[in-house]
Amino acid sequence: MKNDIDGEAYLRMCKIRGFEEAVTQLITEGEVAGACHSSVGQEAAIVGACMALRNDDYMSGTHRSHGHPIGKGAELKPLMAEILGKATGVCRGRGGSMHLTDTSIGSIGESAIVGGGIPLATGAALSAQVRGTDQVALTFFGDGAVNEGAFHESINMAAIWKLPVIFFCENNHYAAVTPAVTTHGQPDVARRGDGYGVPGVIVDGQDFDAVYAATVEAVARARRGDGPTLIEAKTYRFDEHCVGLFINGAYRPKEEIARYKTERDPVVLFRQALRSRGHEEAALAEIEAQAARLVDDAVAFAKDSPLPEPAEAFDFVFASPIATRKQGVVPA
Amino acid sequence: MSQQETQRITYLDALGLAQREEMARDARVIMIGEDISLYAAGGAYGDVDSKRIRSAPISENGFAGMAVGAAMTGLRPIVDLTIASFVYLASDPIINQAAKLRYMTGGQVTVPVVFRASMWHNQANAAQHSDRPYPMFMNQPGLKVVVPATPSDAKGLLKAAIRDDDPVLVFEDNDLWAMREEVPTDPDFIVPIGKAAVRREGTDVTIVSVAGCLKPSLAAAKDLEADGISVEVLDLRTLVPMDVDAIMESLGKTGRIVIADYAHRTCGAAAEIAAIVAEEGFKLLKAPIRRVVTPDIPIPFSPPLEKPLYPSRASIGAAARSLL
Repeated sequence: MKNDIDGEAYLRMCKIRGFEEAVTQLITEGEVAGACHSSVGQEAAIVGACMALRNDDYMSGTHRSHGHPIGKGAELKPLMAEILGKATGVCRGRGGSMHLTDTSIGSIGESAIVGGGIPLATGAALSAQVRGTDQVALTFFGDGAVNEGAFHESINMAAIWKLPVIFFCENNHYAAVTPAVTTHGQPDVARRGDGYGVPGVIVDGQDFDAVYAATVEAVARARRGDGPTLIEAKTYRFDEHCVGLFINGAYRPKEEIARYKTERDPVVLFRQALRSRGHEEAALAEIEAQAARLVDDAVAFAKDSPLPEPAEAFDFVFASPIATRKQGVVPA
Repeated sequence: MSQQETQRITYLDALGLAQREEMARDARVIMIGEDISLYAAGGAYGDVDSKRIRSAPISENGFAGMAVGAAMTGLRPIVDLTIASFVYLASDPIINQAAKLRYMTGGQVTVPVVFRASMWHNQANAAQHSDRPYPMFMNQPGLKVVVPATPSDAKGLLKAAIRDDDPVLVFEDNDLWAMREEVPTDPDFIVPIGKAAVRREGTDVTIVSVAGCLKPSLAAAKDLEADGISVEVLDLRTLVPMDVDAIMESLGKTGRIVIADYAHRTCGAAAEIAAIVAEEGFKLLKAPIRRVVTPDIPIPFSPPLEKPLYPSRASIGAAARSLL
């Protein structure tokens, strides 16, 4: 059976995969300053969650920030320009790879403070409830963040006030290089919802259809006013914690990485699912080509864009600018 | 603003009135914090929708962060962090989120949130209830910091903070709660953020007073007057942005400066003022800059240990006298 969102979902997954591959290439070319964290391997979890949201629903994310805005429908050009530190970047060169915030698609921030985005999305849900809209908020976080107080405090308040928020854990099993099994007293993150009276759902994060179905249900529950849901998508990151970071010492087995890449690649699995429910080979190839074109255009745009002027560093500190006397910059 | 009606109320009443008036004026204003349900239950906030008064669990990190998220999505939250020592538990949302998100998003978001905290001073509450954390927040770009020292300023600065489009920290002095004065009743009365006030004019020495140090500073000025020393007292009122022009103007008149602050010495507000004066006002100085502040030790419980640590009418007066 064909699903009417299939094409868009597959396009977004291909865009994330292609975008991340292009970023990795730019890093090897020396075009990127600072650290980049790739979402490759986690595309089904991200897009499955985002496709269940409307454009005006809120989303917060993490330092692994490239996939989330793409998953929610952002244009690629300003995202790529931001990674290259250009004036045309979505955050005008003030955020960079870890902070690809695009408010036009409902993002309220990608936080490099682990767990930092969770209260923000919970607050956005509070805002929707107070203002009487039917918007919901979804917060992406990893298996590392569930050991932060911010997670526990936020999910408790979401429960007592029945806030329209979806707590979405991309459990890729490793917080940087620390295995979750060494830091979680209870290996299933979803069961932590029990302690707060919040339903917890475990889904196969490599399976778009499973993630999408679970999130659709959680979003419906939130919009009805029935409160939050905790979704745990068991997934896997194919790259190192940080692109180009080579860890001396095996913290995850080579066989495990190989198995995920060969048997559990979410883009490949979704392609197979699409073929089996009747999507033509040519149609899928056309989507892949479209994604590749959009990524190429984004890279070209980013490379051609101007760098910001150093004096612009002083802009955007305050919304209602105050008579701050200009502080000096050490002359070159 | 017409020069108009006033009512004689306390500093604490003024804070409550500021919140009530702004809640009535703007449906986007909400309150969140511990132990605040009584405001709604007691009817003190009239027919305000109870959804707008969130009496939260003891989760400062969580509810302060939620206020930041709510501020970015159309509300104007007032976060009541009660005692200033608890502000540290909300450091991440205040410092890493509220202060930085407008900047980090290239201006895509505004964060109109107010964080309130009261500072308990000289009341035998020991070190974990006696902090004055404003200096460390002055050191975080992206935050505005106000320190009202009178009932009128408590009302006018809190209202200005609620109407401001940026995150504002309001540090209130608990020992001023009972202080009474005539306060304007105009619901649009505000005290602009970033403007110091000359509380007393003089020509020999300037005392720059920070927060609740206004009271002993004015008392010291009166003492010195009896000896023929003319003291100007400048109440800073806002620490970020600091009214440096007002400091320089006063220094131009007197050439001597004492900075009085109940906070600790190292990297304090007084240290920053002293550095600015040394860098930009050196030629105006007729004598060294003096700080009258609290030594760098945790605040002890027992009153005979605690009381002598703080700047006083006598120590501020002695510092001013030493410059002549």
